[in-house]
Amino acid sequence: MAPLLQVNDLRTQFRTDDGLLQAVDGVSFNVEPSQVLGIVGESGCGKSVTCLTIMGLNDKRNTESSGEVLFRGEDLLKASPKRLREVRGNEIAMIFQDPMTSLNPVHTVGKQLSEAVILHRDVSRKEARARALELLEAVRIPRAERRIDDYPHQFSGGMRQRVMIAMALINSPDLLIADEPTTALDVTTQAQILELLKQLQKDFGTAIIMITHDLGVVAETCDDVVVMYSAKVAEHADVDEIFERPQHPYTWGLMGSLPRLEVVVDRLQQIPGQPPSLLNPPNGCRFHPRCPYTMAVCKEKVPVLTKVPGDVFHEQACHLDPATKEREAAKLLAAVTGVGA
Amino acid sequence: MSQPATTEQSAEPMQVTGDELLVVEGLTKHFPITRGIIFQKEVAAVKAVDGISFSLQPGETLGIVGESGCGKSTLVRCILKLLEPTAGRIVFQGEDITKFSRREMRSRRRDMMMVFQDPYASLNARKRVGFIIGEVLEIHGIGTPAERKRRVQELLEIVGLNSEHYNRFPHEFSGGQRQRIGVARALAINPKLIFCDEPVSALDVSVQAQILNLLKDLQKEFGLSYVFIAHDMNVVRHISDRVMVMYLGKAAEVAPREELYANPKHPYTGALLSAVPIPNPALGRLRSPILLEGDVPNPINPPSACNFHPRCPKFHEGHCDVETPPLETIGPEHLVACHYPLEHSPLESITAAAR
Repeated sequence: MAPLLQVNDLRTQFRTDDGLLQAVDGVSFNVEPSQVLGIVGESGCGKSVTCLTIMGLNDKRNTESSGEVLFRGEDLLKASPKRLREVRGNEIAMIFQDPMTSLNPVHTVGKQLSEAVILHRDVSRKEARARALELLEAVRIPRAERRIDDYPHQFSGGMRQRVMIAMALINSPDLLIADEPTTALDVTTQAQILELLKQLQKDFGTAIIMITHDLGVVAETCDDVVVMYSAKVAEHADVDEIFERPQHPYTWGLMGSLPRLEVVVDRLQQIPGQPPSLLNPPNGCRFHPRCPYTMAVCKEKVPVLTKVPGDVFHEQACHLDPATKEREAAKLLAAVTGVGA
Repeated sequence: MSQPATTEQSAEPMQVTGDELLVVEGLTKHFPITRGIIFQKEVAAVKAVDGISFSLQPGETLGIVGESGCGKSTLVRCILKLLEPTAGRIVFQGEDITKFSRREMRSRRRDMMMVFQDPYASLNARKRVGFIIGEVLEIHGIGTPAERKRRVQELLEIVGLNSEHYNRFPHEFSGGQRQRIGVARALAINPKLIFCDEPVSALDVSVQAQILNLLKDLQKEFGLSYVFIAHDMNVVRHISDRVMVMYLGKAAEVAPREELYANPKHPYTGALLSAVPIPNPALGRLRSPILLEGDVPNPINPPSACNFHPRCPKFHEGHCDVETPPLETIGPEHLVACHYPLEHSPLESITAAAR
C-alpha cells in the first residue's frame, strides 16, 4: 500500500532579524493510511513547524521550504494556495493545542462547524447543521442538540477540545494533525480526550500525526515515533521498539528524566544544559554539547540517519557503536523500569 | 460581615505534638460573588478552599495534587496570607499567624518563601538578576550592599548558574534558568519552608528533571520543608514525602507517598492515577483506566454531600449525595474522605508487572 503522506528531506528556513533560522533540517518520514505517527521533542525542536509546513501554513514572506511533501503522490509544497485551501480542513485537518484561541468566540459552535462543511461541500445550511450535530454526538458532547447553539465560552476546556476534534473530523479527512492536543488539559480530561481520539481513529480510519512532548501520550496512542532534536530526526522506530530498544542518547535522556508511576528513583537522570539555538547550532552532532557519550567524531561529523541492525524500520542518527548502545539502552531500561535491577 | 460557617471536614481533632513547622486547621476561603453597583449584595460564594487541615514536619515535603480549579493555589496563598482566609487557623512554628497584620507577616515571611509557576511572569523583566534576588535581602534589611552582592553571587552558584550572570536581565535566560533564579530568590534569606506552586509544569521534561533534582539537593543541604503543588502525579510522587489529593476545595485523601500510590482509597485518587499516561507501551496495555465522566463541577454550586459523587464510579444513591464523608483515618497516617473506598489499586497489575 502506498503511504498516505511521504515527507522527504523537508527543510524550512525562517528569515529573522538575527539571520537565517533553520527550523526543520532534512526531516523525512512516511504516514500510512490509518496509522498514528508521534513526533516527540522539546519546545523549539521543530516538531510544530514540520506540521505547519506540511499544511502550508507558514508565512510565505519570511519562510523558505524545500524538499517534498507528497500527499497521495501530490507535492503540497508546490501546490497553489487555492489547492491548499481545498486540501486543508477537508483531506488534511489540524487540531491545535489551545482550544480557546482556536475557536471564534463570537460565533456559536454550530455555526463554526457548519461553515467547515459548507466551505468544502455543496450542501444546504440544514444539511451542514445536521452533519455538525452528528459530529458533536460522535465526540460525545452531552445533550449535543442543545449545546450546538452555545458559544465557545460556555464550554469547559475538555469540551472545547472535543468541539475542535469534531470540527477537524467533520469532512472525514484522511490525515489529522494534532499539535499537543492534550497539553492544556487536566490529566483526567486528557485521558478522556486520548481515549476519544483512539476510538474515532478506529471508527473513521483517519491517519494521525500526533505532536507531543509527553512520552506517556506517545506510548498510549502512537504506532510509530519520530524523536526530533534541534530541527533534525534523532530516532525513528515503531512504538514498542523505541521503548524497548532506544538507540539515541537523546531518547535515553528523555526517558531517564521522566518521573514515573511504576518505579521510584531517588534522583532523576537529567540532560545537562539547554537545547541549542537554531540560529547558530553546534557543529557535528547537534546533541554533542549535552551528550554524556561525546567522542571526537561527534564534534565534527553530522551523523546521518541509519538503519539499526535487527529491525528494518528502526533508524537512528548517532555515531556510537551498536554494542555500546545495546549495553547503555539495557542499563537505562533496567534503571527506569526496575526490571532486572 | 457575617462569618460563613466552616465545614468541619475532619472528624477527629488533629494530633499536634508541638514540633510541627506548620499546622493548618479547617482553612477556608470563600470568594463572595456580589451583585449591584452601590449596594453590593452577596449572592453566592466560590468555595475555593473549604476546610483543609494538615500539618508539616521540619524537612518534610507535602505534595498537593488536584486538577485546575481545585483550590490548591488559593490554599497556599491563604497560608502565606497573600489572601485573607475566611475561616480556620494557621500555626507556623508554634505561633498562630491567622490574625497577623501585613506588617507582622512581613517578618514571618523570612521563613516562608514561594517559587511560582511561570518563570516568565514572576521575574521583573526590567530589573537585573542581581537586583531581583538582592531585593529580598534588602527588604529584610540584611547586610551592606557589598555583602548582599556577595550573597547573591553565592546563591547563583548554589542553584547552578554562573555568578557572572549577576548583571544580566531575565530575558537572557532560558525557562529552566529563570526557574533557577526563582529558586535562588526563594532561598536568599534561608527560609525554613518554601511553597512551590507548579514550579516545573511550564518546563520541558529534561529541564524539569534538572529543577526537581535541584530542589531535592537543596532540601538535603539546607533542611528545607516544601509544600509542593502540582497537577502531575508523577512529579508529586517523585518529590513528596506525603501527598494530599484535593478536589473542589476539599481534601479527598492524605497519605504517605508510598501508601497513596500503592493503596489509593479515594475513587478520585484512583482515577487520577489511572489517567496518567505510562511511558511504556507494554505496561500501558495492561491497565484499565477509570475514565471519569464530565468535568470538574462549578465551585459556586458544588454537588451536595460528597462533592465527587456525580462523577464517582462507586456512587451509591441516597448515601453519597446525602451524607458528607468525613476525612477519616483508615491506616497509619492514611486519611480518606469516602464512604466506599477502593479495595484494589487501579495500578495493581502494572506495578506487579514492573516488579
